[in-house]
Amino acid sequence: MGLIRFDNFSFKYYGTEKLALNKVSLTIDRGEYVVITGPSGCGKTTLCRAINALIPQFHRGYIGGHVYVNGMDTREHGVSDFASLVGMVFQNPENQLVTLNVEKELAFGPENLGVEPVEIRRRIEEIIDLLDLKSLREKHPHEMSGGEQQRVAMAAALSLKPEILVADEPTSNLDPQSAEKILEIIAYLNKEKGMTVVLVEHRLDLVAKDATRVILMDKGQIVVDGPPREVLVKDICHEIGVGVPKAVEVYRELIERGIRLPGVPLTGQELATLVQEVAE
Amino acid sequence: MIILDNVHYSYDGIYTALRGVSLQIDAGELVAIMGNNGAGKTTLIKHFNGLLRPQKGHVFIKGQDTAKMSVAEISRIVGLVFQNPDHQLFLESCRKEVEFSLKSLGYPSNEITERCNTTLERLGLADLAERSPFTLSGGERKRVALASVLATGPQVLALDEPTIGQDARQKERLAEMLFEMNREGRTVIVVTHDIEFVINYFPRTIAMSDGRIIADGPTTSVLSNDDVIQKCSLTYPQMTQAVRALSEMFDGVSVRQTSVNDIVETIIKIVGGR
Ligand SMILES: Nc1ncnc2c1ncn2[C@@H]1O[C@H](COP(=O)(O)OP(=O)(O)OP(=O)(O)O)[C@@H](O)[C@H]1O
Ligand SMILES: Nc1ncnc2c1ncn2[C@@H]1O[C@H](COP(=O)(O)OP(=O)(O)O)[C@@H](O)[C@H]1O
Ligand SMILES: [Mg+2]
Ligand SMILES: [Mg+2]
Repeated sequence: MGLIRFDNFSFKYYGTEKLALNKVSLTIDRGEYVVITGPSGCGKTTLCRAINALIPQFHRGYIGGHVYVNGMDTREHGVSDFASLVGMVFQNPENQLVTLNVEKELAFGPENLGVEPVEIRRRIEEIIDLLDLKSLREKHPHEMSGGEQQRVAMAAALSLKPEILVADEPTSNLDPQSAEKILEIIAYLNKEKGMTVVLVEHRLDLVAKDATRVILMDKGQIVVDGPPREVLVKDICHEIGVGVPKAVEVYRELIERGIRLPGVPLTGQELATLVQEVAE
Repeated sequence: MIILDNVHYSYDGIYTALRGVSLQIDAGELVAIMGNNGAGKTTLIKHFNGLLRPQKGHVFIKGQDTAKMSVAEISRIVGLVFQNPDHQLFLESCRKEVEFSLKSLGYPSNEITERCNTTLERLGLADLAERSPFTLSGGERKRVALASVLATGPQVLALDEPTIGQDARQKERLAEMLFEMNREGRTVIVVTHDIEFVINYFPRTIAMSDGRIIADGPTTSVLSNDDVIQKCSLTYPQMTQAVRALSEMFDGVSVRQTSVNDIVETIIKIVGGR
C-alpha cells in the first residue's frame, strides 16, 4: 500500500502554463529515507507540498491523479488531518517561523495537536538540547541569522514527533558542521525510531550515505529512482546538471581508465577503503 | 576599495555581532568570507553598502568614510545581494525587478532592456521574465535577486550565500559570471559555506568566528588550517578527506591535492604499482 503514494499525480499552479508535476507515480514505504534531487525549478518543493496536502488544499491550480498519505487522499482531507503525521521543514525558514521566540515556536505545533502541556515542556527541553538551541531560546525569529532560523525550523518540525519528516533543503543556510549534526539526528530518527524521511537536497555528498533511495527529478517528472549507489553513477546526473559526490566522480573516471573499484564510494573515507581493497 | 577599521556592531546592545573587525579589500579582488552560523558574516557585509553603520570604528569605501555617505551614494558603488531574496524582491515580475535597479542607477532605457535581457538569460531566467518572483521556486528567486544586482555591473559585488538553492550547473554558471565581472576589474566578495566553491574559485578567504576575523589570506593556506576549519564549523571537502585517508594507508600520497583528476592519478599509481 505504501505510506505515501502518488498515483499519476499532476499539478499546475494557477496562472502558470507548465505542469510543475507531470504524471508522478511514486510509492514510499514506512521507514524509508528518500532524497529528492534535481535542477532548480524541477518540482521538488511542489512534490513536498503535495505530501502534506498544501497542494491541493492551499495552493490552487490544475490537479490530475491522487496522492494518498497513510491511506488518506489529500484531495479529500484538509491540511490539519496531516498535521500530526507529516512534519514539514520549508525551504525558506523565515516563512515557517510564526511566533515570538524559539520556545513558543517549538510549543506551537504540539499545542495545536492537543499534546499535554507537561509533555510539551519535556519535548521542548529535549529538542533545545538535541539541536543546541540554548543560546537562541528567547530570540525572535527576525533576530536570528539565516542558519539559526533554519535550525529552529527543523526543531519545530521535530517537536511534532512526526511519523513522516518532509524537509525541503533543510541545511541550505547551515555551516557544514551544523548541517552534519542535523543530518545525523535525522538519520538516527530514521534508523532507530522508524521516522520516514523525504528530504530535498542539492549537495548529495552530505546525504547520499544516509539515504535508502535517491529520486532524480527533471521538469516535473521522476527520471531515475533507486538506491544511491545505483542512481549516482548514471550519466543522466551530469546531463541534467545534478552534482554527484566527488567520490562518485573518481569512481567513474577510474572506470574510464580501466580500474573498477569493487563498490561505489559515497564518501572520501569509503573511496580510500575501496582503493585499499583493490591494492591488497 | 573597502577598508574597515576596528568595526563594532551590536543589534541589541547586549550581544555584540562584530567585535573589532579590520580588513582591506582592494579593487579587483575576488574574496570569500566564511564562518560558522552566527559568526557575523551577514552583519559584516551589510556594512559594505551602508545598510548597517558601525557603532564603533569606521568603514571607508574608495577612501571615503561611509559615515558621511548615504546608502544611495554607496549603493552606486557596492551592489549587495541578501541572503534571503524575500528581503530584496518586491515587484510583480522578474523583468520589472531587474529594470527597477537599472533605472534607479540612471541607465538609459535602451541599455536597460539589453542589460536586463542578457542577465536574465545568463542566469537561466529568460523563460521566467514575466513571472512574479513570489511564485518562483526558491533557487529561481535567489537568481532573480542576483540578476537585479549583477545587471547593474557595480564596481563592488557583495553576495550573501549566492549558491543557496542552486544545483551544480547553476552554480558553475554563476561562478563563470562572477569571474567575468571580476576580469572586467570588479571586486567580488562572496559569503558562503560552500568550501568546494571557495577552493575552486576564490584566491583569498577571510575566516570569521564569533564576531572577529580569525584568518585572512590565500584560500589554500586559510582552509588547510585545522583550527580555522574547527572554529568556522567547516568540514574538509570529500577529496581532502580521501587523500588524508589514503596517505595513512599508503606511502608517498601528498595531502595537498584536491581535484578529482589529481586523485584519480594518485589512485592509478597506487593500484597500478601493486
Ligand atoms: N536583526 C537582528 N537582531 C538581533 N540579533 C541579530 C539580528 N541579526 C543577526 N543577529 C545576531 O547577530 C549574530 C550574527 O548574525 P549574522 O546574521 O551576521 O550571522 P551570519 O554569520 O551571517 O550567520 P549565518 O551563516 O547563519 O547566516 C547572530 O548571533 C545573530 O543571532
Ligand atoms: N506558488 C507558485 N505559483 C506558481 N508557480 C510556482 C509556485 N511555486 C513554484 N512554482 C513553479 O513550479 C515549478 C516547480 O517549482 P518548485 O517545486 O518550487 O521547484 P524546486 O523546488 O524543484 O526548485 C517552477 O517552474 C516554479 O516556478
Ligand atoms: Mg524548492
Ligand atoms: Mg548570514
